This record gives sequence, structure tokens and C-alpha cells, in this order.
Amino acid sequence: MSARSARSAEALAEAARRRRRLENALPWLVTIGMFAVWEAAVRLFDIPVFILPAPTAIAESMVKWWYPLMTNSWATLLTTFVGFIMAVGFGLSLGVLIGSSVLVYRGLYPLLIAFNSVPKVAVVPILVIWFGAGFWPAVLTAFLISFFPIVVNVATGIATVEPELRDVLRALGARPIDIIMKVGLPRAMPYFFASLKVAITVAFVGSIISETVAANEGIGHLMLVASSRFDVPLVFAGLIVTGVMGVLMYWVAVTIEERTTGWATRGQNDPRLATGG
Amino acid sequence: MTPPFVQIDGVAMRYGGVEGTLALRQASLDVADGEFVAVVGPSGCGKSTLMRLVTGLWPPTEGTVIVDGREVDGPLSIAGMAFQNPTLLPWRNILDNVMLPLEVVQPHRRLLRAQRGMYERKARDLLKLVGLEGFEAKFPWQLSGGMQQRASLCRTLVHDPRLLMLDEPFGALDVFTREDLWDVMQAVWLAKKPTVILVTHDLKEAVYLADRVLIMSSRPGRIIAERRVPYPRPRRLEQTYEAAFQAIVHELRDQIAEARRGEATDVR
Repeated sequence: MSARSARSAEALAEAARRRRRLENALPWLVTIGMFAVWEAAVRLFDIPVFILPAPTAIAESMVKWWYPLMTNSWATLLTTFVGFIMAVGFGLSLGVLIGSSVLVYRGLYPLLIAFNSVPKVAVVPILVIWFGAGFWPAVLTAFLISFFPIVVNVATGIATVEPELRDVLRALGARPIDIIMKVGLPRAMPYFFASLKVAITVAFVGSIISETVAANEGIGHLMLVASSRFDVPLVFAGLIVTGVMGVLMYWVAVTIEERTTGWATRGQNDPRLATGG
Repeated sequence: MTPPFVQIDGVAMRYGGVEGTLALRQASLDVADGEFVAVVGPSGCGKSTLMRLVTGLWPPTEGTVIVDGREVDGPLSIAGMAFQNPTLLPWRNILDNVMLPLEVVQPHRRLLRAQRGMYERKARDLLKLVGLEGFEAKFPWQLSGGMQQRASLCRTLVHDPRLLMLDEPFGALDVFTREDLWDVMQAVWLAKKPTVILVTHDLKEAVYLADRVLIMSSRPGRIIAERRVPYPRPRRLEQTYEAAFQAIVHELRDQIAEARRGEATDVR
């Protein structure tokens, strides 16, 4: 009997391993599958290349234009990253302020919401007037578009400290700054990292918007130039490179999150599922 | 005769301005140094308000609260508080959770860095006292509800408070765990002899643990009756099944039922 139960335990472990392997392979399988369907559809329906280029045509274009693609993606990565870092610093500080003071919350929140509702593409021309075309409008657009989710999440984390815990600490003579440092900020960290995952992807949107409006480098600029020349495969190549950069940055954010706030996602096999987006 | 350690005199508490809810009215009670007092009453009678007044978190609308000979006019760091919810910090292990007050309250805050070893030993001794030896490095979510509440109790005790304010600390636990914790509480009291004000709605708990049980009226709350519990300590759980013990519980229950009807007679 024990031999049989050992065998069935072995079979269960094997099934679990198979499942884990499948889970790891799944993102690749789905992506490859999507490209395969795409390729087949283009060939089957004979879609012209200036409407929808086949993945093979895009890959060809990527190989042909690898150098401008690389330099321009690098430029976009840089502007996005600088804008994102600014958003992290600003968002964290403003989030702490809003989360810990009802007055600041009441005063600033409507303004913040109004600001966030303004389409950032409409702000780019203003930024260009102020800073000239190029690096800074892209950085600032990335910053403007990505700081809001950080502010909201950090503020939520800090404002939702349990009232009992606040009482315990206040009765001990804790100053508000103590409560924020000992409880509020650590508590807000899972919210903060969840917001980083949103912020980094929208930061890309911000810098690329700005690059398509006014810039002389960057992946947005490259796509604009390519589309004005009807080089549709290159436009798609730019889109795919952007997507890959977004996934990479997201992955970096998730890795940092797992390292620092494992306590918040205990018991779940994959924190990405719990807080993703 | 020494003056009482805690003196609450004619206290009223109203929330939200002149038209707000009156939570307490003409509440008065004295607690001697080292005495264990339980406050019971119908739900919503202002028991928790009383706790916040005594620890100086809120000022009373009327009347005075005196602790250790001084009128309370701000947070009272000689007090330790524990609530129904253990409120442990999930990113700290049990030992660091217990030591949290030491990072806040003076003079420990100043001394903590230099004498960390001494303070850590103290926290470990407390954890041993409540039966959590060996769990220092565990995280709160790895512990059961009863164990979390034990750790929370240690956090309440770590800065040697002379006054313990406990707001239904065992209310969310199952019966067996709760009875275990009563004995833990009794052991803590016997070891440290703090003054304790325990707010509870469990009459058996009140009678088992306290020297004196105070009954509050329904809102606006005030103390309408009190009952001394004559049993010497250490008390044993078997006693709670004896007829005399049960009689006290029944007597208290009748008084609370009367209080809920709002026609209680003042027997003080």
C-alpha cells in the first residue's frame, strides 16, 4: 500500500512539474502562435504590405534597419527612464503628503484629477515651446503621464493604516513622521510597486507620443519618418521594439517587487497574477 | 489611604460638535494601583471611547481624567494598548513587532541602539512568558490568530507600561484559544502587577480575570454598577464552572439586561 501511495505521490509531483513547465513556456507559445496566425492570414488573404506587413517582412525590415532601430530605441529608453525616475521621486513624495494629511488631500486631489484628465498629447506643444523639440519634452511627457498612478497608490497605502495601530503608536507618543516611517511607508510599498508596473508602461506611451509630435530621434520619431515614406514594415518594427522594451521594463519592476515586498504576496505562487496591472 | 491610580471624574464625551453623538455622560470611576478592572456593557455603550480618553488620545468634552496624580492632557506613554485586532506589521518578524514600541517611546528610543541586546532579551523573555518561545523569527502571517494575539500582548507590555488598556483583546478568538489566553493574561498580571482596564463583552472573562467588574449603561454610557470578585489568584479555569462563579456571571447579566432596557438603578 505504501509503495502504491509513493507511486501516486510521484505521479502527482510529475504532473505538477509538467504544469510548471507549461506555465513557463506558455508566454512564448502564445506569442509565437500569434505571429504564426498573423503570417498565415497575410499570406492567405494576400494583404498588401502597406496595409499589414507579414511578420517575416517586419523581421526583414528589422535586420535591414537594425542600426537606426537600435539608436532610436536607446534614445526612447533613456527619455522614458529619466521621466520614470522623476515620476517615482515626485509621485512617492506627493503620495506620502496626500496620504498623511487630509488637508493636502482635500486641497490637491481635485486638481490632480483634472490634470490627469488632460490628454498629454495636448501638452506636448506647450512643452516644446518651453524647452524646444527633443529630449526634454519627451522626458516630461513620460513623467507627466506616469506620476499619477504612483501618487494614488502610495497615498492609498499610507491613508489606510489601521486606526488601532495608529492609536497604539500615538498613545506611545509617536509623532506623525514616526507613524509614516515605521508603518505608513512600509505598508504602502506593495501599492507602490504595483503602481510602478503601470507607470513604466505608460511612461513609454508618454515619450513616444512626444517623439511623434516633436523630436528628431527616438522610436516615435522613427515610426513617423517611416510612415511618411510608406515604409509600413519599419513602422511595425518600431511598434514591436517598443512592446519588447515595455515587457522588459515591466519584468524589471516585478523582479524588484518580488525581492522587496515578498511579505505582501505570501502564499500566492505568482505575485504577477495578484497585482498585475 | 493612597489616591487611586486612575481617576475618571464626571467625564462626558461628544463626537462631532454640539449636535454630535453623546458617547459618555457623567462617567466616573476609580482604579487603584495594580488593580485589574473589567468594564462590561451593552454594545455601543462607549467602552472604547473610555479607553481613548484614559490614554489621552482624545480630550474629554467635560470632566477630568487623572492618571498617576496628573491630569491627562496628551498621549500617555505609561499606558499600553491592545485591541481585538492584533495589528502586527506583516513585514516584521515577531521579535521586531514586539520591539516596535521601543523605537517610539522615550527613554527607550534613545537607549535602544546602545542597549539592543538588553532590550532584545527582554522581548524574548516576554514571548517566553506568553508561550511564544521559538517563534521570534516567524512572521505574523505564519502564526495562528491566538498566537498573533499573544505577540500583540507582548508588544503592549514591552515598554513596561504601568497601565494596560485592553479593548476586547480576546473577542475574535475561538473559545479554547480564548481560555488559554485568559491564563496567559493572568500570568502576565501576576508577574508584572500592572494596573489593567479590560473592556469586554464576555462576562465570564470579566469575572475570571478582574478584581472588580464595572457595568456601563447603554449610550450615553456611564458606570451604573460594580461587582467585586472575591476569588484569590491564581484562579483556575475549573472555577468558572462552579455555582458561586456562575452566580456572579448571572447577576452581572441581569444588571446589563436592565441597563439595556434603560431603567437601571444606580447601586453605586
